[in-house]
Amino acid sequence: MRASALTFRRPPAAMRFLIPLGAFGLGAIASANGLITDILDYWEDIVFLSGQHMELVLTAGGLAIATGVPLGVLLSRPHLRRVAETIMQTLNIGTTIPTLAVLALSMTLLGLGFVPAVFGLWLATLLPITRNAYTGLLEVPAHLKEAATGMGMTPLQMLWRVELPNALFVIFAGIRTALAVCVGTAPLAFLIGGGGLGELIFTGIDLSDPGMMLAGAIPTALLAFLTDFAIGRCQMWLVPRGVNPLR
Amino acid sequence: MIKLDNLTKIFNTPSGPIVAAENVSMDVPEGEICILLGPSGCGKTTALKMVNRLIPKTSGKIFIGGKDTDGIDVTELRRNIGYVIQQIGLFPNMTVVDNVCVVPDLLGWDRRKSRTRAKELLELVNLDPAIFVDRFPKELSGGQQQRVGVARALAADPPVMLMDEPFGAIDPINREVIQDEFLKMQKTLRKTIMFVSHDIDEAVKMGDKIAIFRAGRLVQYDSPDNVLAHPKDSFVADFVGSDRTLKRLRLISVAEAMLKVPAVTAETALEEVTAILRDGGHEAAIVVDADGRTDGFVSSEIAESRRGLVGDHRSRLPATVDVDADLRTAVSLMFTHDIGWLACTDGEGRYKGIVTQPGITHLLGRTYGASSRRAPTAPAMATD
Repeated sequence: MRASALTFRRPPAAMRFLIPLGAFGLGAIASANGLITDILDYWEDIVFLSGQHMELVLTAGGLAIATGVPLGVLLSRPHLRRVAETIMQTLNIGTTIPTLAVLALSMTLLGLGFVPAVFGLWLATLLPITRNAYTGLLEVPAHLKEAATGMGMTPLQMLWRVELPNALFVIFAGIRTALAVCVGTAPLAFLIGGGGLGELIFTGIDLSDPGMMLAGAIPTALLAFLTDFAIGRCQMWLVPRGVNPLR
Repeated sequence: MIKLDNLTKIFNTPSGPIVAAENVSMDVPEGEICILLGPSGCGKTTALKMVNRLIPKTSGKIFIGGKDTDGIDVTELRRNIGYVIQQIGLFPNMTVVDNVCVVPDLLGWDRRKSRTRAKELLELVNLDPAIFVDRFPKELSGGQQQRVGVARALAADPPVMLMDEPFGAIDPINREVIQDEFLKMQKTLRKTIMFVSHDIDEAVKMGDKIAIFRAGRLVQYDSPDNVLAHPKDSFVADFVGSDRTLKRLRLISVAEAMLKVPAVTAETALEEVTAILRDGGHEAAIVVDADGRTDGFVSSEIAESRRGLVGDHRSRLPATVDVDADLRTAVSLMFTHDIGWLACTDGEGRYKGIVTQPGITHLLGRTYGASSRRAPTAPAMATD
């Protein structure tokens, strides 16, 4: 019925074998160099900093969902249609500012620590979530809205019963990408005193200690993957079956 | 039941005002289907959508059941009008039963009551509830989806329905089936329906009345037979087509054109048959068996030229036609078998009478005699 911008395909069969094989190969090389033991030396740091890392991501991401989705909904309302495009364009330009620069700006405003880090990450995560919520709602076919209005739904009823359920898959896709990117960006928070796995990565780089650096980088990658997976599951089960291409 | 009074709609566009409907006045009696017909851009859809205020009118009045709709809250008005659109518009996030129950849910009906009602409605539109209630729209064919669309519009039992080219997106074979089913339903439901179409055949088949629009004006509002037989101007004549008299065949049943020629039996003498045929000026007599079923025929030539009993000289009937069928079917059978007349039977195959080509021609032509000046001739049409 609707050509969604996002299509999902399983990796081809050959890739499914190549990926574990490659991972195994890398692991074998790492173990031969003694890297794995080097990394495991930082186990306690990894656990503590991973917790801190996810705290940053969940706070910033949670705030971004809580503000981005309503903002997208608001911008998609007919009476805001005129200004909505301008605002979305501004947000799009905002996305092009590197997160590092955003964090630097945030530091100049709010100083060092958790709060400015969360603020910087929130701003970086907000944009894709808002954009997907906005376009997802605009993509709801006009004839569905006509049918809903014609049957006597009020605008609010139409939003809850028709527009949001039909846009939910696209909204979720936005949240999924945004949070996975957020996990990958969060190491930068260390630079403004926000903590997280960036501490191992950047210190490892400074000390030319590959073990330390990887002790930060690998868990970051794993957390990003897990976040994407977890939200993917939510997307699969929370979006109604009739509008869910995954089911 | 639905009354439009001087309804006008002017759209203000950047390139100046556009009149989409101009002083449209019409009255749809209770229990009838009124087809709004015309080429695209003629204002028929605009007129329809002004009734449930999807398009606000510029001026004029709309009455439903004698009540001025201006005084009714817009959501309340819409919930009391069944609405079916061409794109069907089932909500993909809801199951079939939830789709049907949209308006009852908005009205706050008891859930059990509305779900029971939904199942009855699905049966009414020929969808087995056991199979379909929990399906999603994407799991249905186009025809099934529009059946659900019709059930949804009927859910809260509104007295009035608006249908915007409801069967336009369905393939021709399924369209015929759904139209027939809908007409059958309408016989018992007797809703007052405004129905937009651009298809003259659909209009003739479905409509009790046809309203023909052109450039925002209501040109002719009449019964299908009158629209076909007496188009008001060359535009209507053009629109309904040069084969319009043939289209009228569909509106008349075989029973109306049937001649009651007495039947004969196998034991009747041929002299007697000749007498019967000569009396009525008929070409052939139908032979019936003891139950009154058709069992061959004897033509007037054979009856006159031979002697003996009917049983020894009868021929087989090439075809018969049901008395409830329309004349289009009868004429089609005549052309198929290269014959000038047909025996008519009832549902059980009992003989009722015959229809003849001259009889049909006469019946169709009768209406033109009195009003030949009103009906434009073919050359006049060409000047438009």
